[in-house]
Amino acid sequence: MNFDLRVAVGWMFLLIGLLLGFFGFASKDNPALWLHSLGIDVDLWWGLVLAAFGLTMLALGKQAQKQAETALTAPVKGKGRRVR
Amino acid sequence: MLTLTALDWLILLLSFAFVLGIAWKLKSRIKTGQDFLGAGRSLPAWICGLAFAGASTGALEVVGMGAAGARFGLAAAHFYWLGAIPAMLFLGVFMMPVYYGSKARSVAEFLGLRFDGKTRLLHAVLYLAVMIASAGISLFLMARVLQGLHLFDVPFRIAGLSPQGFLPVLVVFLAAVVLAYVLLGGLVASMYNQVLQFLLLVAGFAPMVFLGLRSVGGWSGLQDDVPASALHAWQGNGSPMGIEMVGLGLGLGFVLAAASFCMDQRVVQTALAAKDVESARKTPMIAAIPRLLLPFLLVLPGLIAIALPTPHTTTQERIEGGSIFRTTAVVQPEAEAGLGLVPAKVDPATGRPMLKASGQAVLDYDMATPNLLLRFLPTGLLGLGLAALLASFMGGMAACVTAFNIVFTRDIYEAFLRKDAGDAHSLKVGRWAAVGCVLLSIGTALAAVQFNSILDALELVFAVVMAPLVATVLLGMFWKRATGHGAFAGLLAGTVAALLHHGLTLPMDAHPGLHGGWITVVHSYPSDLAQNVWTALFAFSASFLVTVAVSLATTARPEAELRGLVYQLTPRKANKVWWKRPEALAVAILLVVIALNFYFA
Repeated sequence: MNFDLRVAVGWMFLLIGLLLGFFGFASKDNPALWLHSLGIDVDLWWGLVLAAFGLTMLALGKQAQKQAETALTAPVKGKGRRVR
Repeated sequence: MLTLTALDWLILLLSFAFVLGIAWKLKSRIKTGQDFLGAGRSLPAWICGLAFAGASTGALEVVGMGAAGARFGLAAAHFYWLGAIPAMLFLGVFMMPVYYGSKARSVAEFLGLRFDGKTRLLHAVLYLAVMIASAGISLFLMARVLQGLHLFDVPFRIAGLSPQGFLPVLVVFLAAVVLAYVLLGGLVASMYNQVLQFLLLVAGFAPMVFLGLRSVGGWSGLQDDVPASALHAWQGNGSPMGIEMVGLGLGLGFVLAAASFCMDQRVVQTALAAKDVESARKTPMIAAIPRLLLPFLLVLPGLIAIALPTPHTTTQERIEGGSIFRTTAVVQPEAEAGLGLVPAKVDPATGRPMLKASGQAVLDYDMATPNLLLRFLPTGLLGLGLAALLASFMGGMAACVTAFNIVFTRDIYEAFLRKDAGDAHSLKVGRWAAVGCVLLSIGTALAAVQFNSILDALELVFAVVMAPLVATVLLGMFWKRATGHGAFAGLLAGTVAALLHHGLTLPMDAHPGLHGGWITVVHSYPSDLAQNVWTALFAFSASFLVTVAVSLATTARPEAELRGLVYQLTPRKANKVWWKRPEALAVAILLVVIALNFYFA
């Protein structure tokens, strides 16, 4: 079993963030869309924040997964230092 | 009228796909009853902590705290800074070593180990009723909020359903999603999803609060728009939320807080799934950190909603190329009769706004937060906000279903009905228990659609069942002399006392019946909340006194048998590095919560 929750969380926020970000960027010159949000293109900005968060989680999760895998396939040799 | 665009649907579907996808990935992990019902004591503290947070932020909390913010102002933050955080820290520092060390898989099982079978069974049976009531209320509430948002009117009309047909369909659909992922991945899937759902809640609500606060002119603008006392947690009115200081401090801050955060299987099970005792102790503390800030995410929207101007039907005239155009923005009568974004309640019989005897409209505070989502989130973010709302609901509901599973299978079926049940058999029973729990809660929710007043009765169940348990567990854990007979008698006496108190008192402006006073009215409270808090206090006191009295009259178990079940007799290992100890984290959080209380006093 090699499933890190951070990878799933990361993918989800990355995808949602990119969707929002692209939409926000593509329609940043359409003020009618942003009437609700006080004229701010929040989709773009919040999309970028979420994508960045997703990417961070993804990176952390992948790193942890890799470490778990190497620990499984190649057990610590001799007194080699454990990477945390 | 607002409708959802393709982008909103895409984001909603994406979030659902991840929720179900996680459960699908975990499916291969579920081979035994132990895998399904417990998470095998394998999870790191941060997952357990966020799952704890997600389990305690269900639909009832997300919708209810916005409503409380609109009704009571920042005093509703007491539900967090007074009525939650201290209890969570207490759980982590003092109780978790015993819970985790006892190897009990549920609170009921702990009662069985510490006291006896009858106490375990009594609590287990009552607790199942709480879970059904709780899951039923959240199902009903979520479906009603979704209906009130009118966002799904169009797809439903295409499907040939009348607006009246919404509620049952929504109730069944929402329940089916939760059931699907609980059946697939058991407690682990439920907990993993609670983490995901809690993060979604923050992601979906944060932009709404930012935009809402900005539109009323920031914090100082909010100060101009709402009564001065609404922005203080303590000052302004001598009795916040209609509760005087004793009721607030002891009832909300101690009994109800402990009942919700130290004795409720829904949250305790997330900590019991942790990989070691230190992670288990850190679980409620990690959950407490985001909870410090939740008032800003959940209570503040209610305040902003009443600070905004009430919408009215307006006609605008403009002249274009010599011809006059009139545009009329029609506002629903219930919104026009409301306060800010909080609409009036609609009388289902007449379709008109409901009025009090004084002629004022009865406000539907539950719509405060959902309407704020609708008001400020543009297409795209609206989908995310809706996903957040649904996620919070699913997290809370899954907590009920998994807790129901565990208690039914471990504490009733295996303990009393089939003592020789093997593991494969338990797995099957656990799955069927989940189905049963969901069906019963659908039934409860549909009954609430028919008879709205059932809702008030369901909300009472928690105080009646859980408040007496606070005395039972605390005495069991910290007093060696407490006996099984004492605990059983106390639990029974506390429940009876709660019912009696409810039958003898009534909140102001209510008619005797489901709201109380069904025996005779000897006292009336300024609010339903005050009544609830005092019901809990009476139940706790009765349970405490009877447990102590009966325990002293019966023989105690020898100390050797109580090793690991009573705090004083539980061995403790402390981390050598002082700042890594759970206690250090608890003190840090406590200092922040005290500071917040003073800053927003």
